[in-house]
Amino acid sequence: MATEMVTDPARSEILRRIRAAKGGVSSAETARTAWDGIERSYLRNGSRPVEEVLELLEDRLRDYDARVMRVREAEVATAVAKMMGERGVRRVVVPKGLEATWLPSGFEFVLDDGLTALELDAVGGVMTGATLAIAETGTVVLQNTAGQGRRVVTLVPDYHLCVVRVKDVVETVPEAFGRLEATAELATTFVSGPSATADIEMTRIKGVHGPRFLDVILAG
Amino acid sequence: MSGVALDPKTAPVFPMAAKTAMADKQMRKNVLHATDVIQAKRARVVGEMPDWQQLREAGRQIRQHTMENLDFYLEEFERNCTRAGGVVHWARDAEEARRIVVELVKASGSDEVIKVKSMTTEEIQLNRALEAVGIHAVETDLAELIIQLGEDRPSHIVVPALHKNRQEIREIFQRKMNLPELGDRPQDLADAARVFLREKFLRVKTGVSGANFLIAETGGVCIVESEGNGRMCLTLPETLITIAGIDKVLPRFEDLEVMLQLLPRSATGERMNPYNSVWTGVDAADGPRVFHVVLMDNARTEILADEEARQTLNCIRCAACQNACPVYRQTGGHAYGSVYAGPIGAILTPQLQEMHYAQSLPYASSLCGACYEVCPVKINIPEVLIHLRNKVVKQNTAGVAGFFDVEATAMKAMAAIFRSERRFRAAQRLGRVAESPLVGKDGWIGWLPGMLGGWTQVRDLQEMPKETFRDWWEKRGKNGN
Repeated sequence: MATEMVTDPARSEILRRIRAAKGGVSSAETARTAWDGIERSYLRNGSRPVEEVLELLEDRLRDYDARVMRVREAEVATAVAKMMGERGVRRVVVPKGLEATWLPSGFEFVLDDGLTALELDAVGGVMTGATLAIAETGTVVLQNTAGQGRRVVTLVPDYHLCVVRVKDVVETVPEAFGRLEATAELATTFVSGPSATADIEMTRIKGVHGPRFLDVILAG
Repeated sequence: MSGVALDPKTAPVFPMAAKTAMADKQMRKNVLHATDVIQAKRARVVGEMPDWQQLREAGRQIRQHTMENLDFYLEEFERNCTRAGGVVHWARDAEEARRIVVELVKASGSDEVIKVKSMTTEEIQLNRALEAVGIHAVETDLAELIIQLGEDRPSHIVVPALHKNRQEIREIFQRKMNLPELGDRPQDLADAARVFLREKFLRVKTGVSGANFLIAETGGVCIVESEGNGRMCLTLPETLITIAGIDKVLPRFEDLEVMLQLLPRSATGERMNPYNSVWTGVDAADGPRVFHVVLMDNARTEILADEEARQTLNCIRCAACQNACPVYRQTGGHAYGSVYAGPIGAILTPQLQEMHYAQSLPYASSLCGACYEVCPVKINIPEVLIHLRNKVVKQNTAGVAGFFDVEATAMKAMAAIFRSERRFRAAQRLGRVAESPLVGKDGWIGWLPGMLGGWTQVRDLQEMPKETFRDWWEKRGKNGN
């Protein structure tokens, strides 16, 4: 691969053009120093008390037509039963590593051991945890880790039930990136409400290709 | 109009195209309505950000810094993407990019691809190149699907079918999806698209996407979308091919914290769009097994070389400038003869053509500055427009071409006339005689012949007065009052 890179004429030509255009080669050191000098006077950390942050998250999620329940950690299974019952969903996929105490009896939980897209399409919903949630934008962040699973699992089924721990809720987008920095290379999906489009006369329509229904349980 | 791609090389000049577009009352109504809605939404969510100006400034500096170190960041991206299992290709121009993608699709063994909305692939007319070798490209973004099924052309960077209303979309879907009973509620139309595309998502083995951002530090790629069609194309196929302009790179993962605040609020007026995907190379247990990235120049280095116009490359394709532009809002996007319409198109398109085509676009603006005000990365579009006008004039008056240039010759003749009192008087007399057949009953001139017609195309000219100030002044002196 290394030799191929060096001998690719398109690659050398483009890099030559760039260097000619801006007058010289950029080194790691000059780039790093200049990057450090970028002015970042925007708000990085939120200022709201925890309770207000949680209220903000609930409000923003509802604004996207997601449904939200706030419960203590020990009550998650009950909340899951309530949410799924109200949606009329009996059978959902769960990724490996999902907290077992969150699963109520009386429902069927199908473990994802590499289900095909067609198999996922045949299941009514999916239940996962989350890496974190951003209150200001009403966003849930999912990564390919235990309890959250492959990207496709939260995509093909029509209903997504997501459990977010209160300690994983941040107020601002920069706070979220601060926490995500260490796992930046994992496949990461930012989900803000159910799938939607505004392509027809700029009217927001809920539910196109991704899950049309999103429920969030805030636990803790 | 249908089926013919937007190509700046063959498009009519903007004033002519605009005149045609202005006659389409339904299209103008649709564009005004949609841009009104989107502007109001944007204003609301931008207004709630106390640090919006600080974010814009950080966005500007990040983009400027990236361009100043573009060689370093592209190499860093290549290194990290390769390490994570991706394969990086380089394309000097559109032709090379098309060739690479066509070969990669062929190698994937598929004669069909599912596509995420990508203006870069529109720029290089990729679908036509794929069709030419028997590969069918399925557009999966709702607006792009409307364009593709309607054999239409994109008119907006973010909402390409913005010029169509629900009745027109219903008509297209009824015909092309064979759904005679389809209703015209937006929900009905979205449901039809869901059913129509789901089978393709589950079956087609090769995906093609653009990119919103390439992250040099990690080798990751970020795509911002709403419907989930992007996620489908990025995760279900076995092979994924991503095409990105070399300008799409960002230094670090952390820089997304700025861009992902600026872009959704500016583009669709949402605090965050429904889905953002970030992935790095290949993960054996999650998503495509084969991942290619094509880094394309296609005249971007020409723009980089022009210091006064370099900021054009800072664009993150939010289209806020299109929605705010009083010219775009009247003409819609097709009049610009390019997939990049509106203010950003007026500076980007001619430069991507290395100033050989689309020379009328830098004039397609009143320089009101609304575009600059809404730009999330503070591109001073009016400043670049003026710079490009200057370039167009210089280019057309230089050397032998200038000798034959009518406008330049006319300006030289004017200079000679203004230098001599005798010649000036004679010209004024001549002008009054010459204009007489053109003056209407109301004393206005609405049409001028030949090259002068450009002036009266958009304004009327008043008849010259019967007596000049000079004549009046001299007469006054003789009469002694």
